[in-house]
Amino acid sequence: MKVLMSGNEAIARGVFEAGVRFAAAYPGTPSTEILEEFSKYEGVYAEWSPNEKVAVEVAIGAALAGEKALAVMKHVGVNVAADPIFTVSYTGTNGALVIVSADDPSLHSSQNEQDNRNYAKFAKIPMLEPADAQEAKEFVKLAFTISEKFDTPVFLRSTTRVSHSKSLVTLEEPSAHQDKTAITYKPEKFVMVPAMARLRRIEVEKRLVKLKEFTETFSENKMEINDPDVGIITAGMPYNYAKDVFPNYSYLKLGMVYPLPEKLIREFASKVKKIFVVEELDPFLEEQIKAMGIKVTGKEIFPYTNEFDPGIIENAINKSAKTLTVPVQAIPSRPPNLCPGCPHRGLFYILGKLKVFVTGDIGCYTLSFMKPLQGLHSCICMGASIGMAHGMSKALKEKGKGKIVGVIGDSTFIHSGITPLLNMAYNKSNALIIICDNSTTAMTGMQEHPATGYTLLGEKTKQLDLKVLVSALGIENIKIIDPYDLKETRNAIKEELAKEGASVIISQRPCVLFKRAKLKTAKSLKVDPDKCTGCKVCLGLGCPPIYWQKIEKNEGSKREGISVIDENLCTGCGLCRQICKFEAIS
Amino acid sequence: MDSIKTKSILLAGVGGQGILRASDIMCEALMEAGFDVKKSEVHGMAQRGGCVTSHVRFGRKVYSPLAKLESVDILISFEKMEALRYLNYLNNDASIIINSEKIYPPAVNMGDLPYPEDIIKFLKERYKSIKEINAVELAQKAGNIKAANVVLLGAVSNLMEINSTIWEKIIKKSFPEKLIKMNLAAFQMGISA
Repeated sequence: MKVLMSGNEAIARGVFEAGVRFAAAYPGTPSTEILEEFSKYEGVYAEWSPNEKVAVEVAIGAALAGEKALAVMKHVGVNVAADPIFTVSYTGTNGALVIVSADDPSLHSSQNEQDNRNYAKFAKIPMLEPADAQEAKEFVKLAFTISEKFDTPVFLRSTTRVSHSKSLVTLEEPSAHQDKTAITYKPEKFVMVPAMARLRRIEVEKRLVKLKEFTETFSENKMEINDPDVGIITAGMPYNYAKDVFPNYSYLKLGMVYPLPEKLIREFASKVKKIFVVEELDPFLEEQIKAMGIKVTGKEIFPYTNEFDPGIIENAINKSAKTLTVPVQAIPSRPPNLCPGCPHRGLFYILGKLKVFVTGDIGCYTLSFMKPLQGLHSCICMGASIGMAHGMSKALKEKGKGKIVGVIGDSTFIHSGITPLLNMAYNKSNALIIICDNSTTAMTGMQEHPATGYTLLGEKTKQLDLKVLVSALGIENIKIIDPYDLKETRNAIKEELAKEGASVIISQRPCVLFKRAKLKTAKSLKVDPDKCTGCKVCLGLGCPPIYWQKIEKNEGSKREGISVIDENLCTGCGLCRQICKFEAIS
Repeated sequence: MDSIKTKSILLAGVGGQGILRASDIMCEALMEAGFDVKKSEVHGMAQRGGCVTSHVRFGRKVYSPLAKLESVDILISFEKMEALRYLNYLNNDASIIINSEKIYPPAVNMGDLPYPEDIIKFLKERYKSIKEINAVELAQKAGNIKAANVVLLGAVSNLMEINSTIWEKIIKKSFPEKLIKMNLAAFQMGISA
């Protein structure tokens, strides 16, 4: 049966078809749907772990116990999980272990554009790269086979364009799960102290030699000889882009991007006159092929940055920097914005007004760096806000007193904010940390985490009490506020900034899109056009329903326009009513 | 439409307008009609009010899920000014279906920039086939403003050679029982708009 599937749905399906029933992940665009979809299959164990490192360790544990296990993350998640990944490469996997890395060329929803193929070479772990949904399903199954056969973790690399494109997929009968679990003691393999790790280190090199041999005849490294004049070596989605514009060139499409099939590449090179290496981001294939002494053209003509499309490849190869017949129209940009009624808006409105430096983190609230809120001033990675706030406050000493605030979401705090907060208590920090607790992982689409009280499989579980945790870390000044109450929010921040020592404010209100929270639906608000003076203060909230409408100037009035609220969008949160000095909003 | 050469349709608008659902339905219908089909979009920050686009490509054998610049055959703009943002994707003979709904971006809300004027006039000077539809009003007539995306699908179905029984079958499959009648009505409104 053929169905239309996204790359992510297809990966989940492939894992299930392979008879795998164990997976762990932390949500992150563009990888999130893989585990959401997998968790819907009958008889699986799937969990949201608190972060990617834990997810990989959980999967390693399952593999060590004899299971076939999957760990899933976005590209930057692999950084978090790198520590166990580099050493499980030494121990091998016993059962089987596949790690999905979903990369994000063009940074559609990420803070950087790292090319995770480099991890394969760095950690000496084989990597497969599918080009569409059908391949995504097949390749993840092959990844498990390779993991079992060579006792190695295997990377499956996706990109946003593979994960979030849909195409036709042929479904197959899922294999039944085979229980091969058992407790086995093999200290020489699983205890990586120097003496034993040195021996395993040699095994890793032996394994790489075997893998190089294997990939020479691997079914998914495919050679298509058409036009003998021009050959393209490529992998993943760029294959489709190239094939779209140059259907008659010869192709070597690599299904395994590490290690490379040197003999096969040499054979291809002997059959075509000129070779282009078409790959997004780093010259990963190109450098290795050039090191083989084979002449190819790559990043001399193709961009290093951003994802490709068929036009980019066509123009680079044809050397045609075409000028477009229809120039791009200058129209107002449409950046993403906090939703109407978003609980973050009130908090960041106040932070923007207080003239403090706000170290930010990863979440919807990062959007508040933009005009008009401008309530956030840095964003590096998950959990960075807390360590950075502490470092800034230590470096600035008196100059920074009462001026440094770190903000972090509830899911992000649990992901990697706990250790740096412990550090703040331990090393006598003066900064204020605000946990923006909206009761969910909102940015990636409402995933559960330890403080929601539910698991990925929908079971009720022990609910983390953030206040008790923060207190246990040694923070004495803790306040809980409602960010819909601007006065309370402002006062709490000012009070805590004035105190000696580290403080934590938990700004608590569920995300407006969160279905389980029983949100009271308030009536939408209206602006009284007679009372509105046109002062534009309410527009400073950047709330989507509030817009500016020009009006005819009346005699004796300075008003050039008034604010209007779109009642279809307004959730009635009441922030604008609180900041209107003329009581024009009700 | 010539079914051998790969064709491209671009759906564009604002997060929350049902663009991804509409392109899903379109792809299911194309698949049912026997085409190879691929579609691509970027989600993630879409629900936060930003721009959303979905590329749909179909033919005998489709490679890229992304259309290149100056190659798109049909643009469906779910929001009025968003049509202007993607004109560089259209080929010279492209058809445009445009919803008259305006959703102000932040700079317009703030009064810093005006909402673009004379959009239809501008488009008509450059393209042969422009169809403006008040999809929200028609959806309301059908029973729910949320069906504006299905109204637009009805309108684009006039430009695609897919049997109406296929569209009907896929729409029935795509919605819960109680919403089917309303969505079929919305689709019809789009066809005759």
